[in-house]
Amino acid sequence: MIATNNLPATQQSTVSVAIKKMLGRLPAYPATQAFVTAFNLTVWKKLKDLDWDGLYGKSFSVVIKDLPMAMYFSVTEKGLRALKTTQPDVVFTATFMDLIRLALRLEDPDALFFNRRLLIEGNTDIGLRVKNMLDGVEFETLLESFPGMFGKAVMFARKKLQHRRAQ
Amino acid sequence: MIPIMDEVFNARNDNYYHLRRACVDMGQGDLCLARFTRHSVFSGVAMAGTLLELICPAGSLPALKAAIDHGADGVYLGLKDNTNARNFSGLNFDNKSLAEGIRYAHNKHRKVLMALNTYPQPATLARWQQAVDTAASAGVDAIILADPGLMAYANKTHPELRLHLSVQGSATNYEAINFYHEHFGIQRAVIPRVLSLPQVENVIRNTPVEIELFGFGGLCVMVEGRCLLSSYACGDSPNTFGACSPGHAVRWQQTPKGMETRLNGVLIDRYADNEKAGYPTLCKGRFEVQGETYYALEEPTSLNTLELLPEMHRLGIAAIKIEGRQRSPAYVAQVTQVWRAAIDAVKNNAEHFRAQPGWLAQLDKVSEGSMHTLGAYYRPWK
Repeated sequence: MIATNNLPATQQSTVSVAIKKMLGRLPAYPATQAFVTAFNLTVWKKLKDLDWDGLYGKSFSVVIKDLPMAMYFSVTEKGLRALKTTQPDVVFTATFMDLIRLALRLEDPDALFFNRRLLIEGNTDIGLRVKNMLDGVEFETLLESFPGMFGKAVMFARKKLQHRRAQ
Repeated sequence: MIPIMDEVFNARNDNYYHLRRACVDMGQGDLCLARFTRHSVFSGVAMAGTLLELICPAGSLPALKAAIDHGADGVYLGLKDNTNARNFSGLNFDNKSLAEGIRYAHNKHRKVLMALNTYPQPATLARWQQAVDTAASAGVDAIILADPGLMAYANKTHPELRLHLSVQGSATNYEAINFYHEHFGIQRAVIPRVLSLPQVENVIRNTPVEIELFGFGGLCVMVEGRCLLSSYACGDSPNTFGACSPGHAVRWQQTPKGMETRLNGVLIDRYADNEKAGYPTLCKGRFEVQGETYYALEEPTSLNTLELLPEMHRLGIAAIKIEGRQRSPAYVAQVTQVWRAAIDAVKNNAEHFRAQPGWLAQLDKVSEGSMHTLGAYYRPWK
């Protein structure tokens, strides 16, 4: 048996310290509202027809552990709804950059889990279902929901990060 | 007439030339050929030039496309229920995505195989039979079965449908594989990960059935199709429920002592902050045995047989299977890309093949436990 790849448990974030500091200073609820609003105006259009039955009313928390910040929201028929605080059904914890890389489909969640860079607490079945449902939507489809320039910027960022991984 | 046909069909060497000659010699050309076509043309002729196929996992349509786009010769997938052994919430295919996936793969001349590799129970048999019907009408290239009753149903109801024997069928010797071939027309068998390569060679030399081997991915305690471990904790058997650790039974929790993994309340592992984690299955848990806490059954690790590829090529392995239908499209893309390059390299020049460090590093990155092993294939003392 060969032990390899001693990746650190937490990946060094490549986002500039300044941006992280700025995000870290934002109060959690307005930041969640901003995220939820952006989400509902863009990708929700492509996601609303998925099989959300059984997930409406469930609450989620995304903990960005290196900022640190915790966002709370629930799923409704009209999209996500920001919550001030709650006992969430499921909590995802990862660094800012790992969450970005997951969203850009550059990272495998199971591999992050093995390397202790992603934690899913609470109702695992709901967590897995959301993860698998989102994996089932093609990235290009999600991208179509962004306004032209922003979509191009996302693709540009993705290519940059993909290139960095390959090096 | 039937016994003669059977004699022809049961010939151990499913070679197109020999079978055809035998049919003609016995004056049963047309009849024999009809049956022979059904069972053997695909393997004997169409497959002859495509040894060492790369068969990749597809838990979703994007994963299927990632596999095809990165060089898979075929993908295997399952339906959204317990008729397959990756029955997880939100995963797998419905009729619409299945049709689109098949269209995408066939447009690029790649194959789609459907896993129907759990065991039906009397009350739910109709669901499995319906899944066979769905596969046949959707136009998959083969179905991968474990249950002999289902093989009989598929063989009788859809004689044109190609059948593969799942690893869940637990056939580890050529007599068992030939039995499935002779009775149900099984044309390819996925061998459980318990044999050494010389033992695999012995199987290959004594069967007309194509042999598919696992090349990469999660390992289990390797009593596939017969493992009941998780039912001790969850009440669900992986062989009927379709998952070793059903999502509803799994709980992870960060505690002051470390991250705890529980299966239906049973503590199966606790990871210190710097330790790699494994899948939450009983077989990969750490247990206290005679005062010592360790991986009493199996350490979390991945099978990786890249360096055995030249030998697999020499043996005439029909296909290499990549584990991981539960994994994301990102995993499928990364692993498929590496294995495509490796298989092409071994086909071009097997003698000078060397597993490149970059390939191994890429695979280790996505491995369970970030470790790999050659598993049972490499046992030099054998």
